[in-house]
Amino acid sequence: MKIRVALIVAACAFAAGAAQAASPENGRKAFVAHGCWQCHGFEGQGSAVTSNGAVLSNTELPFEAFEGFVRGTNRAMPPYREAILPSADLADIYAFLHTVPKPKDPNSIPLLK
Amino acid sequence: MARKDLGRDDSQTKLNRRNFLTGVAVAGAAVTAAPGANAATSAETPAASPRPSALPPTAKMAAAETGTPAELKHEGGKPGSDFMVDVIKTLDIKYLPCNPASSFRALHESLIDYGKNTSPEFLTCMHEESAVGMAHGYFKIAGKPLMTLVHGTVGLQHAAMGIYNAWCDRVPVIVVGGNDLDAAHRPPGVPTFHSAQDINALVRDFTKWDDTPTSPQHFAQSMVRMYKTAMTPPYGPVMMSLDAGLQQEPMRDYGGEKLYIPRYVPSSPPQGDTGAVKEAAKLLVNAERPVIVVDRAARTPNGIKLLVELAELLQAAVVDQGGRMNFPKTHYLNRPPNVIGPADVIIGMELSDFWAVVNGYVDNGDHGIGFNETKIKPGTKLISINSVELITKSNYQDFQRFQVVDVSMPADAEATLPALIEAVKSAIPDSRKDAIAKRGEAFRKASANGRENVRKAAALSWDASPISTARLCMELWGQIKDLDWSLVASEGNVSNWPNRLWPMEKHHHWLGRSGGYGVGYGAPASVGAALANRDLGRFSVSIQGDGDLMYAPGVLWTAARHKIPLLSVMHNNRGYHQEVMHVQRLANFRNRVVYNGNDLSPLGTSIENPDIEYHKLAESMGWWAKGPIKDPADLGPALKEAIAVVKSGQPALLNVWTQPR
Ligand code: HEC
Ligand SMILES: Cc1ncc(C[n+]2csc(CCOP(=O)(O)OP(=O)(O)O)c2C)c(N)n1
Ligand SMILES: [Mg+2]
Repeated sequence: MKIRVALIVAACAFAAGAAQAASPENGRKAFVAHGCWQCHGFEGQGSAVTSNGAVLSNTELPFEAFEGFVRGTNRAMPPYREAILPSADLADIYAFLHTVPKPKDPNSIPLLK
Repeated sequence: MARKDLGRDDSQTKLNRRNFLTGVAVAGAAVTAAPGANAATSAETPAASPRPSALPPTAKMAAAETGTPAELKHEGGKPGSDFMVDVIKTLDIKYLPCNPASSFRALHESLIDYGKNTSPEFLTCMHEESAVGMAHGYFKIAGKPLMTLVHGTVGLQHAAMGIYNAWCDRVPVIVVGGNDLDAAHRPPGVPTFHSAQDINALVRDFTKWDDTPTSPQHFAQSMVRMYKTAMTPPYGPVMMSLDAGLQQEPMRDYGGEKLYIPRYVPSSPPQGDTGAVKEAAKLLVNAERPVIVVDRAARTPNGIKLLVELAELLQAAVVDQGGRMNFPKTHYLNRPPNVIGPADVIIGMELSDFWAVVNGYVDNGDHGIGFNETKIKPGTKLISINSVELITKSNYQDFQRFQVVDVSMPADAEATLPALIEAVKSAIPDSRKDAIAKRGEAFRKASANGRENVRKAAALSWDASPISTARLCMELWGQIKDLDWSLVASEGNVSNWPNRLWPMEKHHHWLGRSGGYGVGYGAPASVGAALANRDLGRFSVSIQGDGDLMYAPGVLWTAARHKIPLLSVMHNNRGYHQEVMHVQRLANFRNRVVYNGNDLSPLGTSIENPDIEYHKLAESMGWWAKGPIKDPADLGPALKEAIAVVKSGQPALLNVWTQPR
């Protein structure tokens, strides 16, 4: 999976663009309506058991790589084709994922010490 | 057998016994069997007639049927079920979780009146699946089996899934089903609906042994054999069909033959063959990257010690699949499954699925058909110690896929470990000692890094609402860490946070899962394990899935009724979440937008609209409860309150709204 993503990133030297006009508010809804929350959690925080630990919140993947993955994944995640998930919705989802609060430093959480 | 000749050659006694047994049948007989009654009428009430119906009854018989019974010999003799209680008491079975039924009313009565409701003590259950689930959980703490009585057909049908879970989880449960075998004399109507030729057939595919005793002596032998069979590793459930007549009848005179109760002497567990143990040791000491994979290897706390000794000797990574608490989570050799890939020798102990250790299955192939792939290098040597091979059956597929291994020991892992440790000690050449020690250093570093990554992942969405599963588990941990705690069940999936973050070290810190993945295990098993922990003065906590609870929530009442302290913290993700994802996956494969109706998730997988108020449900059954808790800041204080309640001896439940995983 990591190798795939790296290749896609390399192929898409330019990034962002599509995400700029996107609506995080619509993205929050689309993230739920399309079922991303099921495996990734409502904030895209991920899970060791349902997203193989992949974290979507504040993802560092450029949008093209993000979309490339969602369309073409052929391993643990089932693919979403354009017919069931329009690119505009995916751009909104991408924007929403960048509005999620940045993760806390575990050292600042007494219960995690 | 039911209602056969009781050694009294006297048809009057037989009829009287019927009077005693079934008021309904007798009332019919009294009318129809009057002298000269015609054959057709008599034929309609065959249950009452011990003779060809065309014959007129003798004067004696007629008097017996119409008048006051002259004698009730059976009341004078010791009832069969009293003797059964004598037998059961020799096995020191502490509790009898049970839902009552007429097919074992005689034994029920004997247990509470003659047996004085001790060893076993009756625990009223509201579903047979709950009774078996309680016995299942109890054993994993106490190391001793419980017995349950079930109504022969319908009760056993309810119990069946619990029995299957116990079978797959290699846990002994003693199941006795009441069944009225004598078709000519058993009460008609409902009791006959509830009888079958062979009730055991229903569960024969997933029990270790079953029997249908036909005399008290036969019962005594079978009961002790059942116990012994269930308690010989690999452990497993056993079944007895117990004839209602045999229970109810007075003991018959076998011509002076004395009844006896066989003594229970435990069997030793099967140990690996000496040659195979040596061969395994040789492979392990010469490996560059040996890996130990364990699922139900530590049957007892001593199993953990033995595994630590073996792992340290070899400085080998240990992958604990968690069927039991096998290996301390705090140990630097406790590693995640990604150590499998580079391994050159893998020893699997009591694995339920060796194939899946060394292979992967990707659920994303063409047309929704998954594909297989190997995880290991060619030439990797595989060693297996697995006692379950000794009891493999054909129908149910709990034996999983066939995996070729290089050294195969159909033996109990814990019993084989001492010999394996000795063989490893004597096989390690001096020349390898340095290399082995070096491996350990690398693992210490990897272990520290791994922990750092887990903490970072746990911090994500720490303040989210619904509450993150990491937060749920760590708030809980914060409150129980100074107690002698036992996580008695963790059903519904919380991303394994307790196993990743709690310093689990003791055998009772983690009990594994259901075995057969029959959902509905968590609630009863946690109550059963909490019962065993109560007797040991330990604090029990369970992480309770919402779906799991609702299969048979009546077990909450059983916990309150019998004062079983348990802290149940709900992972209420408002759905059958595992299935949520399955249906979404299939819709994606088929390029269809999945239909959610008004719910969050695919129709048929949500538990919302309306939301279930689990706190009220629990409260109505005598629990202290609070909820729904949605704000993570409220969780700590609520846990504090709940823990105080549990410490006072009562069960408490928190309904917590959580993230899906
Ligand atoms: C049925 C579960 C499931 C659903 C539903 C799902 N994902 Fe995933 N997703 C996964 C898994 C598992 C991975 C890890 C993939 C791997 O390891 O191959 C993943 C990985 C990803 C990645 C790659 C992240 C990275 O950093 O490498 C992206 C992007 C992603 N998902 C986006 C989405 C979006 C957007 C949706 C909703 C439209 C979605 N996923 C729905 C299971 C799911
Ligand atoms: C008796 C039974 N029925 C159905 C299933 C299918 N099943 C597997 S997981 C699951 C969902 C269980 O829900 P819950 O306990 O709330 O756990 P969650 O997945 O939501 O965390 C179901 C229905 C099963 N395994 N066993
Ligand atoms: Mg659920």
